[in-house]
Amino acid sequence: MTTAATPRPTTGAKPSRGAGPTTGAKRSRRPKGLSAHVFLIIAVLISVFPFVWTIVMATNTTRDIYKSPPKLIFGSHLLENIRGVLDTIDFFGSMLNTIVIASVTTVLVLFVDSLAAFAFAKFEFPGRKILFGTLLVFMMLPLQLAVLPQFILMSEVGWVGMLKALVWPALSNAFGIFWLRQYIENGVPDELLDAARIDGAGFFRQYWNIALPMIRPAMSFLAIYAFVGAWNDYVWPLIVLTNPDHVTLQVELAQLNVGHNTDYSMVMAGVLMASLPLVIVFAIFARGFIAGATEGAVQGS
Amino acid sequence: MLSYWRQYLAISPFYLVFLVFSFVPVFYSLYLSFQRYDGLGTKQFVGLQQFEFLWSDPVFWLSIRNTLLIWVLSTVPTLFGALVLATLLHSVRRFKGFYRIALYVPNVTSIVAVAIFFGAVFSNDFGLVNAILGTVGISPVPWLSNPWLIKVVIALLMTWMWTGYNMIIYLAGLQAIPQSVYEAAKMDGAGPIRTFFQITIPIMRPIILFTVVVSTINGLQSFSEPQVLFASNAANQNLGGPGQAGLTTLLYFYQSAFLDNDYGYGAAIVWAFFVLIIVLVVINWRIVQRGRKS
Repeated sequence: MTTAATPRPTTGAKPSRGAGPTTGAKRSRRPKGLSAHVFLIIAVLISVFPFVWTIVMATNTTRDIYKSPPKLIFGSHLLENIRGVLDTIDFFGSMLNTIVIASVTTVLVLFVDSLAAFAFAKFEFPGRKILFGTLLVFMMLPLQLAVLPQFILMSEVGWVGMLKALVWPALSNAFGIFWLRQYIENGVPDELLDAARIDGAGFFRQYWNIALPMIRPAMSFLAIYAFVGAWNDYVWPLIVLTNPDHVTLQVELAQLNVGHNTDYSMVMAGVLMASLPLVIVFAIFARGFIAGATEGAVQGS
Repeated sequence: MLSYWRQYLAISPFYLVFLVFSFVPVFYSLYLSFQRYDGLGTKQFVGLQQFEFLWSDPVFWLSIRNTLLIWVLSTVPTLFGALVLATLLHSVRRFKGFYRIALYVPNVTSIVAVAIFFGAVFSNDFGLVNAILGTVGISPVPWLSNPWLIKVVIALLMTWMWTGYNMIIYLAGLQAIPQSVYEAAKMDGAGPIRTFFQITIPIMRPIILFTVVVSTINGLQSFSEPQVLFASNAANQNLGGPGQAGLTTLLYFYQSAFLDNDYGYGAAIVWAFFVLIIVLVVINWRIVQRGRKS
């Protein structure tokens, strides 16, 4: 959460999108595009419907939902369902675990990746090409290839069931370096670094005082990317967090769905409670995030 | 060498973690695939035995078939829908930002939440979909027990989650196409559909290729969707729902490695699976490339 609050990713990322709106405006000098809006609105309805229906289910009782025809409007049983969730799983405990893991992971990913990306973007050193190439190759590999040995490693060092077992593998985030390097190469002028060098600034001063402040938009994107990724991760926590006291939100949530009860209203209240924080964070940072995501994708292709 | 110590120091935190948690593990899992190992006893070298067993294991092939079907059922509508939506979005002037965010938001929700939601909505007895079908007089459809419909539901789930993501990428590509190209086409009397197929798609080919590769890598890794959707069956080892129709290869890997503690076999499954991904990516690549030449 803390890192996601890096000031306004929107403003910094905007210039790169500058070409977009203008061309779009030129185009729509043609017919008004009413049919396009109709199709887009239908798509938006499909896209948003699950969120709405989750709320409908979570605010009603399961009985009302199962009636035929089902109740299609918001009800008044939300608090009751929330209480059901809190009675069934350790919601706040697992949420706290998730917040801690996601925040620590995000901060460390940002630091480790930006430092390495800066070295790769602006300095020559022996082995640079090979090291970076290896990273690109590994970016393409399915992560599952490493999961089993990672688990064996975790049991060797006795970290199975512990939260740090989630943080360390997440730091091996090759995408972040790849993406930041690209941004630093174009976004941080060599002249500035040269000037700083003449003034006697060393490698780390150049990184900390010049590069870091200039790559804020890229860092905010990576922060949200890493945070959302850590928050939503399911497979690895499911495998490695065997200790019931140290479970993440996603694992707890899946747990809610197992078992004999088919109290769907309660389950959907849990889904709502687990999804809402992230959707709100996303809504706040969406513009900058989406702009950042497209930059990476288009340059990367 | 020594004069570069700062640069090496700067990249070393990442490379240490990378080495320990990515680089070595990938090769170690290859090594494991030639061993018999249950995680507790000693490893025993068995050569290609695991792979021979894999070759004749009907469940493995079932899981491959399931994975491929789910992948096709989800990737084709996802990419096509994304391209159509991106084109529409590119053509409108107002509410652009709103559409982008509203269509992207499915991608930031967690797979677990989405899978639980789809499980509830497509539930055989009480789900909303069957309830709606009921009001128009159609008898309940067994969404979560018919082997085909199970795959359709999983594919729908993935389509819902990933269409917006791909749309954003296509939109960025569309915005990079110079307007003069379209004006020239219009002068030559090309309608919107011809323009789409003869100008937009050819120019967008590299970006489409990118999304195809990413979708192949992502789509073949479906694990959480069936795992959460049919979680209630986890206890009886019947992962992937009735008839194991939703058992994807990664789910089978999970079962072999972590539920049956057959580490060697689990490693063989992921490596065989990895080879499959490579083959598919290469095939996709060639198809898209060939299209360019003609």
